[in-house]
Amino acid sequence: MAAVAFDEMRSANGQIRAAYLVLSDWLKRVPSDVLDYRRREAETIFRRTGITFAVYGETESTERLIPFDIIPRILTAREWAFLARGLTQRVKALNAYIHDVYTRREIIRAGIVPEDLVYQNPVFRPEMNGKPVPHDSYLQIAGIDVVRTGEDQFYVLEDNTRVPSGVSYMLENREIMLRLFPELFARHTVAPVENYTDDLLATLKSVAPNTAPGDPTVVILTPGIFNSAYFEHSFLADKMGVELVEGRDLFVKSNVVYMRTTEGPKRVDVIYRRVDDDFLDPLVFRPDSALGVPGLMSAYHAGQVTIANAVGTGVADDKAVYSYMPEIVKFYLGEEPILSNVPTWRCREPEHLKEVLSRLPELVVKEVHGSGGYGMMVGPAATKETIELFRNKLLREPKGFIAQPTLALSTCPTFVESGVAPRHVDLRPYVLNGRDRVRIMPGGLTRVALNEGSLVVNSSQGGGTKDTWVLDR
Amino acid sequence: MLSRTAANLYWLSRSMERAECLARILDATNRLASLPQSEGEITNEWDSAVVTAACADAFRMNYEQANEQTVTEFLAFSPHNPASIRNCIDTARQNARAVRTALTVEMWDAINGAWHELKSFEGRRLSRDDFSRFLAFVKQASLAYDGSAYRTMLRNDGYWFSRLGILIERADATARILDVKYHVLLPEKERVGGQLDYFQWASILRSVSALTSYYWVYKESVKPWLVADLLILNRQMPRSLASCYENLSRYLDDLAQFYGRQGNSQRIARAMLTKLSNLTMDDIFQGGLHEFIQSFIADNNGLGNAIAEQYLT
Repeated sequence: MAAVAFDEMRSANGQIRAAYLVLSDWLKRVPSDVLDYRRREAETIFRRTGITFAVYGETESTERLIPFDIIPRILTAREWAFLARGLTQRVKALNAYIHDVYTRREIIRAGIVPEDLVYQNPVFRPEMNGKPVPHDSYLQIAGIDVVRTGEDQFYVLEDNTRVPSGVSYMLENREIMLRLFPELFARHTVAPVENYTDDLLATLKSVAPNTAPGDPTVVILTPGIFNSAYFEHSFLADKMGVELVEGRDLFVKSNVVYMRTTEGPKRVDVIYRRVDDDFLDPLVFRPDSALGVPGLMSAYHAGQVTIANAVGTGVADDKAVYSYMPEIVKFYLGEEPILSNVPTWRCREPEHLKEVLSRLPELVVKEVHGSGGYGMMVGPAATKETIELFRNKLLREPKGFIAQPTLALSTCPTFVESGVAPRHVDLRPYVLNGRDRVRIMPGGLTRVALNEGSLVVNSSQGGGTKDTWVLDR
Repeated sequence: MLSRTAANLYWLSRSMERAECLARILDATNRLASLPQSEGEITNEWDSAVVTAACADAFRMNYEQANEQTVTEFLAFSPHNPASIRNCIDTARQNARAVRTALTVEMWDAINGAWHELKSFEGRRLSRDDFSRFLAFVKQASLAYDGSAYRTMLRNDGYWFSRLGILIERADATARILDVKYHVLLPEKERVGGQLDYFQWASILRSVSALTSYYWVYKESVKPWLVADLLILNRQMPRSLASCYENLSRYLDDLAQFYGRQGNSQRIARAMLTKLSNLTMDDIFQGGLHEFIQSFIADNNGLGNAIAEQYLT
């Protein structure tokens, strides 16, 4: 395994870091059966509220709970201020990149991002070429995954610019922690996250088309109750007080989108869609899709409705584009990137590929278009067979992969069977990019790899979540 | 409110009410079938149950003969009968899941609980005792749903749509249960007004939990025209057609006022209520009870369609 990881509670010399002083003291005093009791209590509450997720590829009992760890992860105000600045910058650059790719293509003409990376990307949408979107705003909701390797070392691991999910866990985790551990909150000043849904609504309203009335109508478009994230869709709709619609609830007439209500058709101005591009409009994309709305794209191009995120934002979140992010930030903003990228080898480049193949057992290899922890290999944890399997894949289809050094992800104290022990974590902050300003909830979703030594935090592969605290001072 | 949400609430309530109604039909049929008969008489209670439940065609496609076993299976548990009790509860839960946030926790618990309990009766041969416990469970589930909605829902359009579903279904059910008597033949040797005839009417009252009510209201022995009066015209009786229409009309008016717009369904409901208010039992029996019921069922369907067209699509 990689070198000793940075522990967010206990620094290398054994000292407790300032942010964790109170928590560490509390952990020492609280008996482990109390912790266990609280953990079970949390699980009961999660079950009752119905927070479950579906795991693709499992046929039986497809509804499971994501394990929740009751020990919070704590970040200081200073750490957070740094992250927030970096995230704001990153999201602005991502939006500018998507806009450019579908309009003037300056970054391609400048020779910074190779042409084929854009046009041969399966999620590039030629339908969006040269088409305006309201306020040039493409990316309203982003999930930027961040990992930490040291006191001041934060890296962006990946950008999620399509339909990032998981924010309901961030909100519910906090809710449950407030119920279970009021005494801990009393001894910290934790920045609140509850207003996320207000911010989300404000962000969505801010990007309504100019044709919309003063108070625009926002809806959430869901694929329906069988979608793995349906709970989150209905959760958000409820908290925002907007309608949760399916494709069949909407129709388009004279390029205006309406929803079918008991009081007749009602105009819709902003659609927060939790449906992939492919399924949005059967007239333009997959004709067999029953989830979408015929004519939606034509209303969209006519500037009568905002789709958030915009169609085609996937061009910014594949892992090959990721490797160009430092250049992308510099190109559009003329600033040095605040948040670093993990050094990345693009296997499409022969020199890089050679280097990767020679060091395969120590690297992490990822599919360019993969997500959710699928289609990736963590070298130090992989069997010989897996490594050879990936070697063959790389030789066959080098363009499809990137490789990165195996990072020693930071660890946080986590309540596991053997008691409280360090486990590796990452962080997904949710960034809202409105027409008026960028809004970021202090915190985000901390994902934790519950198996000892594991670096894979995805819920589909043995990962859990934690509440993330940002101390106000 | 989204039309789909309204439709889900409406059909959810209709399905629960229908499950209860089927349980009552099966209950009534059981009673009729167990009445003492003379040797060699042929009676047709089980045929009539299928006709009453309005699924005679579907039944004949699946079974040759109507008897206790086949009819019970078809009306209660068959996955092939879209309107079996089992499928009604399943449909109700699907609708409920789709509008989970429009329901109160109590309503969801009532439906979800029923759906889970249903499983304990499925997939095994039920004894007579088990089966009557099953029927009691279905009636309980419907009561629990109805009660939870009544006591916990906000009084706005969502509530009214759920009530409309219940009332349309209940009016249909009452009419059909009353019609059972038309379909159950009196054996040739029995005379109208005789012992068996009396038992049959009493069973019908029992199946809608109205036998005691009958005595309270009429203070005399069971007479066909009074049973019909109780179930059709008497507004004290919550299952009566007149009472259903009194409430249908009221909730539709609430909706119209809430939305600031009247439509076809308000007009139909009001016309039906006026008609029921002006009728007497003499009128009904002169034109024929069966004929009256058949035309009522058609009109009631018409109102259901008008509601769907005006609000649910």
